[in-house]
Amino acid sequence: MKKFSSKIILAFAALLMVALLTAGCGGSKTENKTAGQSGEPEKLKVGFVYIGPVDDNGWTTAHDQGRKYLEEKLPYVETSYVENVPENPADAERVITQLAEEGNKVIFTTSFGYMDPTINVAKKYPDVIFLHCSGYKNDKNVAAYFGRMYQARYLSGIAAGKATKSNLIGYVAAFPIPEVIRGINAFTLGVQKVNPDAKVKVVWTHTWIDAAAEKDAAVALLDSGADVIAQHQDSPGPQQAAEAVGKFGVGYNSDMGKMAPKAVLTSPVWNWGPFYVQIVQAIKEGKFDSTPKCGSLTYWPGLKDGIIGLAPYGPMVSEETKQLIEQEKQRIISGEWDVFTGPIKDQQGQVKVPDGQKLSDNDMLNMDWFVQGVEGSTK
Amino acid sequence: MNHDIFIAILATAVTAGTPILYAALGEILTERAGILNLGVEGMMLVGAVCGFIIALNTANPWYGILIAMLAGGAVALIHALLTITLKANQVVSGLALTMFGTGLSGYIGKSYVGMPLPAPFHKIALPGLSNIPVIGPVFFNQDPMVYLSYILVAALWFLTFKTRSGLHLRAVGENPAAADSMGVNAFQIRYIYVVIGGMLAGIGGAYLSLYYVPSWMENITAGRGWIAVALVIFATWNPVNALWGSYLFGGIDALGFRLQTLNVNVSPYFLKMLPYIFTVVVLVLVTKRNMVKRIGSPQALGLPYDREER
Repeated sequence: MKKFSSKIILAFAALLMVALLTAGCGGSKTENKTAGQSGEPEKLKVGFVYIGPVDDNGWTTAHDQGRKYLEEKLPYVETSYVENVPENPADAERVITQLAEEGNKVIFTTSFGYMDPTINVAKKYPDVIFLHCSGYKNDKNVAAYFGRMYQARYLSGIAAGKATKSNLIGYVAAFPIPEVIRGINAFTLGVQKVNPDAKVKVVWTHTWIDAAAEKDAAVALLDSGADVIAQHQDSPGPQQAAEAVGKFGVGYNSDMGKMAPKAVLTSPVWNWGPFYVQIVQAIKEGKFDSTPKCGSLTYWPGLKDGIIGLAPYGPMVSEETKQLIEQEKQRIISGEWDVFTGPIKDQQGQVKVPDGQKLSDNDMLNMDWFVQGVEGSTK
Repeated sequence: MNHDIFIAILATAVTAGTPILYAALGEILTERAGILNLGVEGMMLVGAVCGFIIALNTANPWYGILIAMLAGGAVALIHALLTITLKANQVVSGLALTMFGTGLSGYIGKSYVGMPLPAPFHKIALPGLSNIPVIGPVFFNQDPMVYLSYILVAALWFLTFKTRSGLHLRAVGENPAAADSMGVNAFQIRYIYVVIGGMLAGIGGAYLSLYYVPSWMENITAGRGWIAVALVIFATWNPVNALWGSYLFGGIDALGFRLQTLNVNVSPYFLKMLPYIFTVVVLVLVTKRNMVKRIGSPQALGLPYDREER
């Protein structure tokens, strides 16, 4: 009997270890600046929920830089964050509720999977304003936002189109969903703007981050004749694969030139700071309105708002290319033209966007077809 | 499909299979001793991150491999202590080890994410051998760790099936009480092979961070540890079967990407499922009585051994 109970204790100890460790990696960290000193007006508390660690050099780092920028620009704001929050309803709702209970008046939830948890918690806290990144649901006090990353991808496509000699560009892509398809199309339009003969070949990896598999996919593309590798992936694996054989690449998320300096022409990157300042200011002035204006999104800022852009160019990018990209950038910023302005044909050669017309936000958000010049399948 | 692409797919299958091969060889030894260690993924991750940090700071990948071995072995020692001495449930302890390794490696490697490695392993074409058509470019135009794995497979096969130590190892996995009564120290042997298993898993992880990628990313193994566990059964606890099995399992992803570049679309979900289907089929086969005898799967696998309960 003694033996039996000691086994049970051990099993429990092991289980406890599991529980502690899970809590350890999914744990939360709140960074609170000391509250306003006496006499100072009460600060506006803003909370952030992150999917990854703040130093992932990618998606979450970008949001966290936005948070720091917000705190720096608006002295009346006090921020806190919780990192590594799983997307399951139980954890996400618990963390969001906790932030609301702590007195945050504005809460940013920065991953797609937080959509329903955000909507649910928002119902219980009508005085708190919630902003959810990359989803499609809104409520009186919940607004969906995202960034027009496709504009930066179009610009990076110009650099790739100028760099290719084999006229074949490889694109390592995660999942065939509208966000990724839109990026591939915009990139291809950029390539063809400067190099109408060039093609973009897509390989799906079906993972957001697996450095080894992403690298294998890039190698497969390089072997099939591609000499520039673009990516919609979170690891620098594809860029390092291109560098290893002396070819070029276009990174994503953060400045991947740091990880593959000889290969990376540039990387489309996020810069949330200006948007976060803009939105919190609007809330402070009582101008918040969650009515969706861009398809299913309330806010869909782009180049004009400075929330996306290109990381510094590599030394191999010529002055002429840089100038051309700058011109195109100004054309988009001015609003006279956007990436998906017709005539645009699909892979079968059918006109999808007639001459002179712009694709609507809604059509862009639901894109499930490739433009002419892409080799690959959207399935 | 032309000749070059065919060669390229096979060569990629060898590189892609090598991290799985090291981990599977380690798990074969561990399971041959009668201990199931589901912590392969965790041990690989700890090996990958420790190896990477050392290789980065010493600019020598061999030091990285050495430290990866020690780190993987140290993590395995926790499992040995829990399951052999304390007789805890092996499944629970192994699963805890995977979570522990994932968390620990992420914590240790935080400030190293994405950094390029100044001196990774490089390909070395073996003179003579690499000129053999097909076989040369596939097997003998690889990096030193791949060559080392060939030697290891042969050595472990010899050790397991042709030596007295191998007999003791198999005896402990088959029936620890009987082995113990014959004067074989079952506890000692189990400890040794669990730790060696962890060392090999550590090398498998370090192969990813020192050659394959070569860089550190959180969760760099992305499930390869689990494929190694499945591979052990697929290989029927035989190092030689593990060799070609790992190339088959590792090559599936690479094949999928190549097929996409040739505009052939095979569902990636189907491809990802294949290793496990193979494993299930082998599992069904090895439960047949006559097959059990022929393969010699360790009968005491997963059972704690207690001298007093004999």
